[in-house]
Amino acid sequence: MNWRRFLLIGTPYFWLLAFFLVPFGIVLRLALSDAAIAIPPYTPVLDLSEGWRGLRDMVAAWDFENFQWLLDDDLYYIAYLSSLKIAALSTLLTLLVAFPLAYGMARAPEHWRPALMMAVILPFWSSFLIRVYAWIGILSNEGYLNNTLIALGFIESPIRMLNTDFAVYIGIVYTYLPFAVLPIYATLDKLDTSLLEAAEDLGCSRISAFWLIVLPLSRPGLIAGGFLVFIPVVGEFIIPSILGGPDTLMIGRVLWDEFFSNRDWPVASAVAIVLLLLLIIPIVLFQRAQERVREAEQ
Amino acid sequence: MVSAKAAAPQSADRPDFAPWRDADAKPLIQMRNLVKRFGEFTAVDGIDLDIYPREFFSLLGPSGCGKTTIMRMLAGFEEPTEGAITLDGQDIAGVPPNRRPVNMMFQSYALFPHLSVEQNIAFGLKREGMPKDQITERVAEMLRLVQLQQFASRKPHQISGGQRQRVALARSLAKAPKLLLLDEPLGALDKKLRTQTQFELMDIQEKTGTTFVIVTHDQEEAMTVSSRVAVMDNGRIMQVATPRDIYEAPGSRYVAEFIGDVNLIEGRAGVWVDGQQQIHRHEGEQPLVVQAETALPEGAQACLAIRPEKVEIFHEKPAHANAVQGKVLDIAYLGSTTTYHVEIAGGLVLKALVANAHKDLETPFTWDDQCWLGWTARRSVVLTQ
Repeated sequence: MNWRRFLLIGTPYFWLLAFFLVPFGIVLRLALSDAAIAIPPYTPVLDLSEGWRGLRDMVAAWDFENFQWLLDDDLYYIAYLSSLKIAALSTLLTLLVAFPLAYGMARAPEHWRPALMMAVILPFWSSFLIRVYAWIGILSNEGYLNNTLIALGFIESPIRMLNTDFAVYIGIVYTYLPFAVLPIYATLDKLDTSLLEAAEDLGCSRISAFWLIVLPLSRPGLIAGGFLVFIPVVGEFIIPSILGGPDTLMIGRVLWDEFFSNRDWPVASAVAIVLLLLLIIPIVLFQRAQERVREAEQ
Repeated sequence: MVSAKAAAPQSADRPDFAPWRDADAKPLIQMRNLVKRFGEFTAVDGIDLDIYPREFFSLLGPSGCGKTTIMRMLAGFEEPTEGAITLDGQDIAGVPPNRRPVNMMFQSYALFPHLSVEQNIAFGLKREGMPKDQITERVAEMLRLVQLQQFASRKPHQISGGQRQRVALARSLAKAPKLLLLDEPLGALDKKLRTQTQFELMDIQEKTGTTFVIVTHDQEEAMTVSSRVAVMDNGRIMQVATPRDIYEAPGSRYVAEFIGDVNLIEGRAGVWVDGQQQIHRHEGEQPLVVQAETALPEGAQACLAIRPEKVEIFHEKPAHANAVQGKVLDIAYLGSTTTYHVEIAGGLVLKALVANAHKDLETPFTWDDQCWLGWTARRSVVLTQ
């Protein structure tokens, strides 16, 4: 094997090793350690001056206490479940909003589509944090939404929207919308309009043609969009902490608190590893779905 | 690939199928002054056309001539701007596609990729609420018709292009429409498969007795399959006739040139004697004679059209009514035939097509040879437009 080929094949593996496997190893090692009031705030620490014995001592001191702790304290599994629930529900909402948007884009005249596409992507050009903050101005008690509703006479006193689950859902749907729109648009764009005409020709109304043809054929896009929203939302931390209330329980926030407030790196690492293991299931499902689409397209 | 069963040539089976000549025959489709405009553009420009039951009717023309627009109006995807279409005596304006007893086979086939072959064929039947057992039966019948029984559970992407074409045909025939529209049905097939499929199409049309209207730009295809052909140009119908009449008696220069190869000789009308029209190319030259039922006014512009295979080539002056001398300019040897390009007086080049019936070692003519071209009056036609 010549060195060029080796370089070509080796590069992605090196990348995975350096930027995934090594950090994962560090986190795993932390998760197996114990918290300590020290710098760094965990023990055991690898003592290289002891040579091989230092390494052996460290490995000997590792245990699964932190994982046991996650099982014992029901805060964690409630937070995991709550994250999954919020992620699932907001994925569904995002898809519901994204589908008509993508459908409209795919059906728009050819010369409008780049502009519409731009409108979907444009929010990415501003900071994620700022966009989430902007919702405070809209949703707070003195925010635009409440003020408008009061001015129009729908309500008399402001409704509490900020720092509720409602605000979290709004924030998630808003920020993750493009991730759902783009894959759905991609499948709808490929949809041959003569399929709809054929369906009509064979006796379908416009509406039944939609249910029988458009929806089943956009399934790959819906699945891809769904996973692209669901997977990052499970671990989402910024939106619940900025827009969520005290009872909005998400694992990302728990992780943050363990790490920065409690300075319990080992428990935080254990939380992160369990989260990763939880997400491996949907990630594998996602890969499988993509694989099937690719096969079908051949 | 399922081998095509040797399809018998159809023309022999229906020697006297000509409802268009029968004054009592009721047309299935009637178009009256049909016009379709898209903004400024007039796609269909005043069409009157009758199509009779059991016909295999072709709309033939170059792309953009309006043939597809007519088909889409028949299917219900476009509404006429002016004029009317009646189907079985009923005006179908405003009837949506899903309510018409008309089905269409799309150029792209438009098979539903998420449904199996069977489900594709059953699609239309389910929509009309046919009982399950009848659907199964009808689907099986359709699969038999197009010889795809063993592919029933495959998805469209798992079968070949030719098989897809047949699924599309079966699907559009499943509802037993009064009229089947076929948009370039063989356009996506390679040449060999196309010829074979043409005969299958005719066979199926015969078996089901459905009226077929086919849109095509391929004149050979139109000639092979049709009972009648409408040659179109710029939203108008130039001529409607049987393939034979279109070829042997074209009504205009456009039709003569669109269908097959033709020699056009311009001139002025001379005298008309006994069904024979004289045409003068140049003053003082022997006039050409062509069979014509009516006389042209003397001196009028006229054009004589003669097919290359009806022109014979000679070393000596032949006894034919028309004989012109010329020089062999080019020889195109095609194996089964040879086309001679012969320059005659005035610089006009005529083509003579000779079948190579004998395995001669040498062609009887070679480049720059002096020769004579000859044909009888009956073999040519005179065109005025």
